[in-house]
Amino acid sequence: MATVELDNIKKRFGGTQVIHGVSTAIEDGEFIVIVGPSGCGKSTLLRMVAGLESVSEGEVRIDGERVNEREPMARDIAMVFQNYALYPHMSVRQNMGYGLKIAGLPKSEIAAKVDEAAALLQLEPYLDRRPRELSGGQRQRVAMGRAIVREPKVFLFDEPLSNLDAKLRVQMRLEIRDLQNRLGITALYVTHDQVEAMTMADRMIVMNAGRAEQIGTPLEVYERPQTLFAAQFIGSPSMNVLDATMQDGVLHLGGATMPAPTTATGKVTVGLRPEHAIADPEGPLSLTVQMGEPLGANTLLHGRIGDGSEAFTISLPGVHHATAGERIAFRVLPENLHFFDPETGARID
Amino acid sequence: MTARDPLVAAAPPLKSGREPAPGMVEKRGRSLWLSHAVMILGVLIVFFPIWLAFVASTVTQSEIIRPPMPVWPGDQFFINYKNALFSGVNVPVATMLMNSLIMAIGIAVGKIIISLLSAFAIVYFRFPGKTIFFWLIFLTLMLPVEVRIVPTYEVVAGFGMLNSYSGLIFPLIASATATFLFRQFFMTIPDELAEAARVDGAGPMRFFWDILVPMSRTNVAALFVILFIYGWNQYLWPLLITTDPEMNTIVMGLKQMFPSGDDFAHWPTIMATSILAMIPPVIVVISMQKLFIRGLVDSEK
Ligand SMILES: Nc1ncnc2c1ncn2[C@@H]1O[C@H](COP(=O)(O)OP(=O)(O)O)[C@@H](O)[C@H]1O
Ligand SMILES: [Mg+2]
Repeated sequence: MATVELDNIKKRFGGTQVIHGVSTAIEDGEFIVIVGPSGCGKSTLLRMVAGLESVSEGEVRIDGERVNEREPMARDIAMVFQNYALYPHMSVRQNMGYGLKIAGLPKSEIAAKVDEAAALLQLEPYLDRRPRELSGGQRQRVAMGRAIVREPKVFLFDEPLSNLDAKLRVQMRLEIRDLQNRLGITALYVTHDQVEAMTMADRMIVMNAGRAEQIGTPLEVYERPQTLFAAQFIGSPSMNVLDATMQDGVLHLGGATMPAPTTATGKVTVGLRPEHAIADPEGPLSLTVQMGEPLGANTLLHGRIGDGSEAFTISLPGVHHATAGERIAFRVLPENLHFFDPETGARID
Repeated sequence: MTARDPLVAAAPPLKSGREPAPGMVEKRGRSLWLSHAVMILGVLIVFFPIWLAFVASTVTQSEIIRPPMPVWPGDQFFINYKNALFSGVNVPVATMLMNSLIMAIGIAVGKIIISLLSAFAIVYFRFPGKTIFFWLIFLTLMLPVEVRIVPTYEVVAGFGMLNSYSGLIFPLIASATATFLFRQFFMTIPDELAEAARVDGAGPMRFFWDILVPMSRTNVAALFVILFIYGWNQYLWPLLITTDPEMNTIVMGLKQMFPSGDDFAHWPTIMATSILAMIPPVIVVISMQKLFIRGLVDSEK
C-alpha cells in the first residue's frame, strides 16, 4: 500500500535522451497503465521506478520518500517481466520463495506464504514442477506469485501478457485486475496494447517518444484526447483525421459544411471516431466505399471521404452489405468532433 | 593408447538418438547395417593396439620378446599388475596415479572455478578496462604451455614450488578457453533473470551461487571431462618441474620407463602401467557422460 510520485523524470543513455520529463502522482491502490507504441520509453520509465535503471534527472518517490538511490529490493517493489524470468533450475515453490529466503525468513513462514499465494493463483498442483514443465499461462501465474508473496508496496508489470495467446490474455487481464483489487497494492502496468490499457487502467499514461501525452482515466482519454497522438492511439479502429477549415463558426470538412462548437478558427485538424458515424441518407458527409470488413456486431467500411482522396473509415452497427464504389451518406453529432492544432497537435476546445 | 581414445569411443552414443533424415528412410535397413559395419570396423581399428597392450601386460617378458607376438592374454595378469602398482620401474605406479589424479582434478576444478568467476566478472560487471582484460585473457589462448614454459618455470622455481602439487597445478589453471565458453553461455542467459534476482534482493555473489552456477551444471560437467583429460595428459610441464620421482605423474613416468640406450625394458610392467594410466580418464568420461547427457535431455523438455 503506497503512493508513487514521479517528479519530472528524465533518462539519458549516453547522449540520447529517451525520457523527456514525466511527472505524475499515483495514489494508493491505483492501477496505472503506461501505454504507447514500441520504443517510446515505457519499459525505461518502469525500470527507473523499479531501480533497475538509474534516473538521470528528477525524483522517484514511494510513499513520499525519495528512492532514486535505492536498490530494487530496498524500494519494496515486485516486478513481473515480459518473459517471466523464472529461475529455470528451481521448482515453482523455490521460485516463489526465493526473495523471502534471501530476506532471511524462517522456512515455515516462507512455506506458509508460498502456499497462500499458490492457493490464490490456483498453482497448488504445480508447486514442485520446474518452469519448463508449465504452460505459458501457468508460468505467468508463477511470476505473479513471486511478486505477491513479497507483499510489496508496488507491483510493476512490463508487458506481462504479450507472450500469451489472445484468449488467455483476456482471461489473465481480468485475473490480474481482480487480484490487484483484492490485495489493494498500487500497480504500474506497461503495455503497447490499447485494449489492455482501456480495460485494466484506473488511469493511463499515454506515452509517445519519451513524453507523457496524456494522463487520465480511459474514458477521459477516449472522450477528450488532449493530443492528436493520444486521440489516434486510443480507440480501435483508430480515429479518422482530416484537414479542415473553420470559418465563422462553420466547419468545412470533406466537401460539406456543418456547425461546430469550437473556439478554433482557420485551418484545423479534425478527428472523428469511426464508431461515431451515423448512417443517414440526409447526412452531410459521405463515404465512397472501397472495402468492407464485417465483424458481426458491427461492420467497418473503409474508403474515401466525399469526392476527396483522404482515407476514411466508418463503423456501422450490425451487418451492412456494401459494395465497392457505393456511396454511403452519414452524419456526426457535433460533440463527437475533436479539434486539434495542425501545428502542435494539441487539443482545441 | 593415449587417453583421447575413450573420448572418441564415447562420442557415437551422444548422436545415436537422432532420427535419420526423411529421404533416407527407404534405404534405412541397408544403411543401418552399413553404418554399423563401419562403426564396428572403426572401433576394432582403434581398439586393436589397446588389446595388444593388454595382452602384453598379462604375459612374461620372454613371451613378448620372442616372435610371434602373442594375441591372447597369458596368465601373468596379477603378477604384472601387482609389480607395476607397488614397485614399478622407478617409483610405484600407484604413487604416480595418485599424483596424476591430484594434478588432473586440481587443474580441472581450478580451471572451472577461475573461469566461472572471470566469465561472471566479464559478463555481469562494468569496470574500467573490462574490454582490455577480456582481450588479454583471450590472447592467452594463443600461448600454450610450451610457449611460456621458461618464464613460468622461473616463477614457479622462485616461489619454491618445484616438486610440489601447487607447482604442478597452479601454472596450468588459468584458462582462456573455459572462460570464453562460460562467457558465451552467460550471454545467452536473459538479462531479466539477473534483474529478477536483483528485485528478489540477491547480491551479485548470491546470484552467482544460486542461479548462475546451477544453470551452468551441464557445461561444468562437460568441461570437467575435457579438462581432466587435459590435466591427465600433461607431459612437458611435470617433466620439467618434478625431479623427485615421488612427484612423477603417470604420463611422464610412463615415458621414463622406456629404456634409454641399451637398458633393458620390462615390457609387461610398462604395458600394465599403460593400461592403468588409461583407466581413470575412462572412468571420468563414462561417469560424466551420463551426467551431461541427462543435463542435455532435461533442458530440452
Ligand atoms: N540500455 C539502453 N541503452 C541505450 N538505449 C536504450 C537502452 N534501453 C533502451 N534504450 C532506448 O530507449 C528507448 C525506449 O526503450 P524502451 O523503454 O525499451 O521502449 P518500450 O518499452 O516503450 O518499447 C528505445 O529507443 C531504446 O532504443
Ligand atoms: Mg518494453
